[in-house]
Amino acid sequence: MELLKINNLKTYFEISAGTVKAVDGVSFSLNYGESLGLVGESGCGKTTTALSINRLLPQEGKILGGEILLEGRDISKLKESEIKKLRWNEISMIFQGAMNALNPVMKIGDQIAEAIVLHKKVSYKEAIKRSKELFELVELEPERITNYPHEFSGGMKQRAMIAMALACDPKLIIGDEPTTALDVMVQAQILNLLDKLRKELNMGIIIITHDLSILGETCDKIAVMYAGKIAEFGTVEDIYNNNMHPYTNKLLSSFPNIHKEKIIPEPIEGVPPDLINPPSGCRFHPRCPYAQDICAKEEPMMTKVSEGHEYACHFGGVFNEKE
Amino acid sequence: MSSIKREMRKKKLQEFFNNFKQNKMGITGAAILSFFILASVFGPMIFPFDPMEFGVAGPMEPPSSSHILGTDDLGRDIFRNLLAGGRVSLMVGVLATVISMFLGTTIGIVSGYFGKKTDIILMRFTDFFLVIPWLPLVLVLAAILGTSIWNIIFVIGITSWAGTARVVRSQTLSIKERPFVERIRAIGADDKTIMIRHILPNVFPLVFANTILISAVAIISETTLSFLGLGDTTRPSWGMMLNYAFESGAASTGAYWYFLPPGICVVLVVLSFTFLGYAFDEILNPKLRRR
Repeated sequence: MELLKINNLKTYFEISAGTVKAVDGVSFSLNYGESLGLVGESGCGKTTTALSINRLLPQEGKILGGEILLEGRDISKLKESEIKKLRWNEISMIFQGAMNALNPVMKIGDQIAEAIVLHKKVSYKEAIKRSKELFELVELEPERITNYPHEFSGGMKQRAMIAMALACDPKLIIGDEPTTALDVMVQAQILNLLDKLRKELNMGIIIITHDLSILGETCDKIAVMYAGKIAEFGTVEDIYNNNMHPYTNKLLSSFPNIHKEKIIPEPIEGVPPDLINPPSGCRFHPRCPYAQDICAKEEPMMTKVSEGHEYACHFGGVFNEKE
Repeated sequence: MSSIKREMRKKKLQEFFNNFKQNKMGITGAAILSFFILASVFGPMIFPFDPMEFGVAGPMEPPSSSHILGTDDLGRDIFRNLLAGGRVSLMVGVLATVISMFLGTTIGIVSGYFGKKTDIILMRFTDFFLVIPWLPLVLVLAAILGTSIWNIIFVIGITSWAGTARVVRSQTLSIKERPFVERIRAIGADDKTIMIRHILPNVFPLVFANTILISAVAIISETTLSFLGLGDTTRPSWGMMLNYAFESGAASTGAYWYFLPPGICVVLVVLSFTFLGYAFDEILNPKLRRR
């Protein structure tokens, strides 16, 4: 059985200006020990998708359709009290900006122990013992659980956040930009650590980022999102070397590549669309250089290239023919 | 590792004391206050005073070798009365402050944390206590409840929390939006845990500085109430001394030894609390610290 399967998820925000279709029909699946990267521009629905899974959406956000199957159980319609039990026990999160995600006036060990005591029926003493083990797991010195956050460096804080995410042996970890605000060296360390832990503990990991370069080494699968929909889904290999969607292609060429010839990275023209009134047909068509009449009229269906590699475009791979 | 850490903490504490030592206001305040605390704790043990024991000496005797501050209209020793009065005045100040801080902090955090209707209701309630003329309210409350020391403590406590609640609320509004609070909520902590374990420690420096300032107000309030005749007649506070001095016409007959000592004591204690309050505010709030 798959660890996580999302079918046609729709999460809308009801705000005074109208309904924002932040996530509009997203489907993907994730297996035990697998890691999935969610990439896309700001505002394309990556974070909303993730927050829909453990239901930490802001009040205006509602899951209006689709299902989220965690080990075959639909958790999208669970009551608040039931989802509370799932949080941290089954699905935990690594937060964006570890610098600010720790309480500055509380010892780090206490903050981790607090998470454990809230979810497991253990004494505080046992929780502290477990915190020490977790610190070892994330390669921090166990004695330092009595430190305060300001006594840690940025990378160490992020490690502590990972330790906290692992506190209750979750099956799924969602990392919301786990490495932003860290320098590249520390970024690599943190990602390697996550990779190692995922394999050791057989957990599923979803990494949300807008930085494609960090996904190549740490993810098995990548979902490229655009305007609340999945544009292309596939293995790292599929996405990097065999992509079919013009958006994926454009997104990749807006990053420099050290292995290929030196070209100036190309930005994608235009701005992400307004999700209150999304463009008709294919949502990417106003910015797509290969768009034709049909793109504005008909929404493209997911087309399968091979097992596990799909894209949503009328003219998949059109950019390859030109060259 | 841990020794380095301990070293760092020690250094931090040292830094605080160094800052404090350099703060003339703080040192002055601390010195005056410690003097009064020592005097009112140990003084009555050495020089016991019974407010019901009249005629120890003749009435209205000026300072002499046997009664260094003279005697009052009922022939009681004023020096002993002063020491016993300090005990009562400081106790009222401390206890009323505890009530006031408890109310102010709780209402401030709850109001700021929950927001919306809770905030509106609690803040209008707070505004009521802020705008209503303080003295008439206290007078009416004290008159209704009767003149016992506990009632005075209660009355002062429930009329002085509004400013604290406002300050704590605004700080809570800022802290609850910080990412760590969101993280704690994501972990599954309930509101009570978040407020007590995470928000309270973060607003504490503010509460602390405020507490000291409120203590000064509480002591002044006790004196005012007693002076106006709403004090506890069975307990010899500084305010009661001033009240008796006024009633016996000490000011017009020139019995300065009757009304000056309690007056000066009240002023000094209140001043020391205020100095301390400003000093802590300056040290704990780096923006105010002079480089």
